Amino acid sequence: MPVRLAMLALWRHPARTLLAILGIAVSAALLLDMVMLASGMRENFQGFLLLRGYQLRVAPKGTLPFDSDATIDSATALVRAIGRLPNVVAVSPVLGAQSQTTVGDSTITAFTLGIEPAVQGDYEIVRGRNLTDSGGVVVNQRWLTLARRQIGDTVTLAVGYDPQLRTVVGERTLVISGVARFFYTATTQPTVAVLLPVLQAMGGSTQRDRVSLLMVKAAAGADLEAVRNAVQLTSARISAISLEGATVQVEQRLAYFRQLALVLGSISLAVGVLLVTTLITIGVNERAGEIAVLRAIGTAKRHIVQQVVLEGLVLSVVGAVSGLLLGLLTARWLERILADFPGMPATFHFFVFQPRDAGISLGMLAAAGVVAGIYPAWRAASLPIAGTLRKEAVA
Amino acid sequence: MSAVVQVRDLARDYSMGRGSVHALRGVSFDVAQGEWVAIVGPSGCGKSTLLNLLGAVDTPDAGALTIAGQRIDKLGDAAATAFRLRHIGFVFQRFYLMPALSAAENIELPMAEAKVPRAERRARVGELLGYVGLAGRADHRPSQLSGGEQQRVAIARALANRPALLLADEPTGELDAATGREMIELFRRLNVDGTTIVVVTHDAQMASAAARRIQMRDGAIVEEAAE
Repeated sequence: MPVRLAMLALWRHPARTLLAILGIAVSAALLLDMVMLASGMRENFQGFLLLRGYQLRVAPKGTLPFDSDATIDSATALVRAIGRLPNVVAVSPVLGAQSQTTVGDSTITAFTLGIEPAVQGDYEIVRGRNLTDSGGVVVNQRWLTLARRQIGDTVTLAVGYDPQLRTVVGERTLVISGVARFFYTATTQPTVAVLLPVLQAMGGSTQRDRVSLLMVKAAAGADLEAVRNAVQLTSARISAISLEGATVQVEQRLAYFRQLALVLGSISLAVGVLLVTTLITIGVNERAGEIAVLRAIGTAKRHIVQQVVLEGLVLSVVGAVSGLLLGLLTARWLERILADFPGMPATFHFFVFQPRDAGISLGMLAAAGVVAGIYPAWRAASLPIAGTLRKEAVA
Repeated sequence: MSAVVQVRDLARDYSMGRGSVHALRGVSFDVAQGEWVAIVGPSGCGKSTLLNLLGAVDTPDAGALTIAGQRIDKLGDAAATAFRLRHIGFVFQRFYLMPALSAAENIELPMAEAKVPRAERRARVGELLGYVGLAGRADHRPSQLSGGEQQRVAIARALANRPALLLADEPTGELDAATGREMIELFRRLNVDGTTIVVVTHDAQMASAAARRIQMRDGAIVEEAAE
């Protein structure tokens, strides 16, 4: 009977109940988004790094990949040494640089990657073909648009500028072989890729046999930490970073994001609790006479408590389930806003839906519903029967 | 005939600001099994306070109160609740039916609380609705019933668990004269069928219908009269 009475109490004021559910849905949506944001970045970052199955990154000692202009020397020997290690399937060397292309009166500055096509893990070809020889360049759509060029056009890239001679250096004329989607750069960032030896040569003596990063793919089922240790031992000038290690480091840098999510999530939860508490308390006050009568005819306090707590629980759960959908919609909208953030890689997502997140949000809101019902339930159960009936009779 | 109710020197004070009001001052009386007692008196004389004590919804400051052989003046909340459920039937002036429940569900409430099996509950509801003359109104909500019909449902609810004592607080107070007379007839029938009734009333007809009247004033019994 407490279940039925709770349902009927909520149904008695459908407009109020609906508004309460809407309010909780908004809180739930915000909470879900915050949980998705807090855990999604971590999960997504791992997926982001694993796009092409490279589980390890090797960067100049003490740095994160492309964290600075630092490079690793004697790259050929290092690639060979790492490639010979047990359980290492592939090693992809990458050199990063800035390149300039003059178009009319303006200059396009592009992030430029030197890669080995057979093992590269930085892009996928959208149109045209991949790099096959030292005369080719692969560009992203942004670069193509800015340069007003097409596949098959010839372009001139330079990787440096000599202020004394007031001229570009490290120039190379290349043919656009294809358009690619680069995984780790923003869609708004002009990006190009050439063969690694080409970029090294364009950089002159300072870039000879140097790379910014090595990506290492281990065999399926291999002990990644053992592989990482083995890679680390190949050179004192490198930092071998596993996915977990990279995630930890990125997490440290994004800690404020998580704190913000935690604070906003807590606030939305608190708002939900206050909303439910207020509404249920109003309902209890309105039904004081009925509750006193129920107590007078022998209804146990615990059943009154059950009924009121159930009201809070039902409001919270229905609101939370509605909020789930709302949360997914708002997450998609926020994702679109964040995707336009300068420098944001196209493949990176802040909000990643995971059933576990939905479960956490639902669980927290259900618990909040129970907590929210405690005060009005206590109030209902503590009503003095005789006094309340007397007041009701006078009223 | 054995006493269902034994009241001895019952006293109840209420705090009012810095002072206190003596709502009951050493009230004593018995109610025998199958008796119908009306408690009458002016407003504020302590009638409702006495009824609340008899119904175990309030506790006295002094005195002893025994109902159906059980001392109830010092019961804790849980025990008092269980006692009310099994031994007391309440009828209120304003009916106090649960507005969202049907007549049948309202009558079922105390039985559900007492964990009476569903089939037995349904049978008892049918029996009680027939007894109070509302056999065809089982599925009606209180808002679909007249005042007299609502009070009949309230009486059926009060009788659901076969209480030792039926307490009624101004049961005709919200009814017109004709419906009030019907209610008195129902109480008379209940009493003839063996129900012990204590009714607090201002209604002279209801009071004179009772077998015994207890007149109260200023928290004390000033007169008792039997038919």
